[in-house]
Amino acid sequence: MLRDLTFGQYYPTTSFVHKLDPRTKLLLLIAYITAVFVAGNFYGLAASLLFLLIAVAFSAVPLWSVLKSVKSILFLVLFTFLLNLFFYAKKEGDTTLFWVITKEGLISALFLASRLILLVMGSSVLTLTTTPVSLTDGIESLLKPLSYIKFPVHELALIMSIALRFIPTLAEETDRIIRAQKARGGDFDSGNVFKRLKALIPILIPLLVGAFRRADELGNAMDARCYSGSKNRTKYKKLKFTFRDLIAALFTAALIAGVILLNNGAI
Amino acid sequence: MQIVAEKLNFVYNKKTKFSVKALDEVSLTIEEGDFFGIIGHTGSGKSTFIQHLNALVPVQEGILKVGEYDLSSTAKKDKKALKKLRSKVGMVFQYPEYQLFEDTVFKDVAFGYSNFFPEATKEEKSKAVCEALRLVGLDPEEYAERSPFELSGGQKRRVAIAGVIVTRPEILVLDEPVAGLDPKGKRELMKLLHLLHEKECKTIIIVSHDMDEVAENCNKVAVFSEGKIVRMGTPKDVFSDAEEIKRLRLDMPLTGYLGQTLRENGFSFDFDLTEEDFIKKLQEIKRG
Repeated sequence: MLRDLTFGQYYPTTSFVHKLDPRTKLLLLIAYITAVFVAGNFYGLAASLLFLLIAVAFSAVPLWSVLKSVKSILFLVLFTFLLNLFFYAKKEGDTTLFWVITKEGLISALFLASRLILLVMGSSVLTLTTTPVSLTDGIESLLKPLSYIKFPVHELALIMSIALRFIPTLAEETDRIIRAQKARGGDFDSGNVFKRLKALIPILIPLLVGAFRRADELGNAMDARCYSGSKNRTKYKKLKFTFRDLIAALFTAALIAGVILLNNGAI
Repeated sequence: MQIVAEKLNFVYNKKTKFSVKALDEVSLTIEEGDFFGIIGHTGSGKSTFIQHLNALVPVQEGILKVGEYDLSSTAKKDKKALKKLRSKVGMVFQYPEYQLFEDTVFKDVAFGYSNFFPEATKEEKSKAVCEALRLVGLDPEEYAERSPFELSGGQKRRVAIAGVIVTRPEILVLDEPVAGLDPKGKRELMKLLHLLHEKECKTIIIVSHDMDEVAENCNKVAVFSEGKIVRMGTPKDVFSDAEEIKRLRLDMPLTGYLGQTLRENGFSFDFDLTEEDFIKKLQEIKRG
């Protein structure tokens, strides 16, 4: 039921990773993604996995919920794996296992699939430990330099947070509209695809009309309180880098250094 | 159609840590012809209960019979019978004007009719829609071809109600029918409901936060609190204990306060909390 819909997957608890500045987490995620892409062999990926597992351990989030994030892209992983397995460009000296499948192809397919899984698991650590609101704050703060070239950073962040704020509201409204149309004999779960799509009109139109109405009301409410964008606005919760962020940054730097060394076979 | 509920239980988010008990052993009978009021604090289970009546919320535990339809947890589910039930039990949700979607009033009112009676001819449909519009006090000549979105709030609500009564339900359930209307709009809508009660829908059930409205119109009232029915009877019975009403975080109707104040000041005054009866009793006193 839509009523159960919760946005994001934030896991509410307090931990070292939860308390990190969202900007640190965003930047370190980018660094981690770079490391996963830079890693040229399985040792590099293993180092990234180790880094990830340590991050999970320090986030007090059950490993299971991090693994759950992979479930949603399982199809993509499988697709990538099979594509690489069957369409691997055969080179001189490759050992054929059977038919078109070579040992090198299998290894490359496994490598890409592992890379994909590591990427998704890494991003899910961020969304599991950061509320959407502080994530938006972090993005706003990181994009701040762009405002010097007249890019509307604050407005963009505002749009993001308003969108996030209204997801549960609109989900509830959708639920109500579905019930109301069902009571009028609306049938949303029988017939072929086209019939079902057409059956969505009585839900989508009231929903859109409602969204516009809400947008209007919100706009008026903001006007009434003289909201004027980013100028001279202060924040209730100020983002601040702490000692924790330094530790996390050093730790991530170690990962990147390790991956580069592993690539060159130095270790 | 008579409604019989016995020991209904309902839990939201069953078996999770967010589970909420919405109905707790609810038993009640609503007779054909009742103008039934359901009152209670927010979150007391009123909305969950009324949505059971046309199977929008399935019965989890207990017995529920609406006329000949058995909606009990043990009964077999039959899609066709369900559709027929929904045409017999009309449900008007809170702010029903937000469910309008067609480009003309006619098409919107016809939505329910076409869903329930797909084999009806054009003439039958047109007749049913015009009649429904007339019943809610909108002239089909004037309104049928207009867009529902350009009407006033009160008119939109009438269109939405027409869209429900177009199938001639025997039971009409309304969740907060007058919420958000101005006093004049409220009075007109209640008048409309009385008219429907006399002419069309044999049973009317309203959920309301407006105690005056309930005392004035309903012949029977059930008070929900934390998923249980804590009081049931005529408005006079239900509102007889001002202390308890306060404890249930509800209000007394104005007529209830009036009667209480008069009694406290030594007038023997007993009336059934409607304006009409109040004036009648007042006249009796005047005559001596």
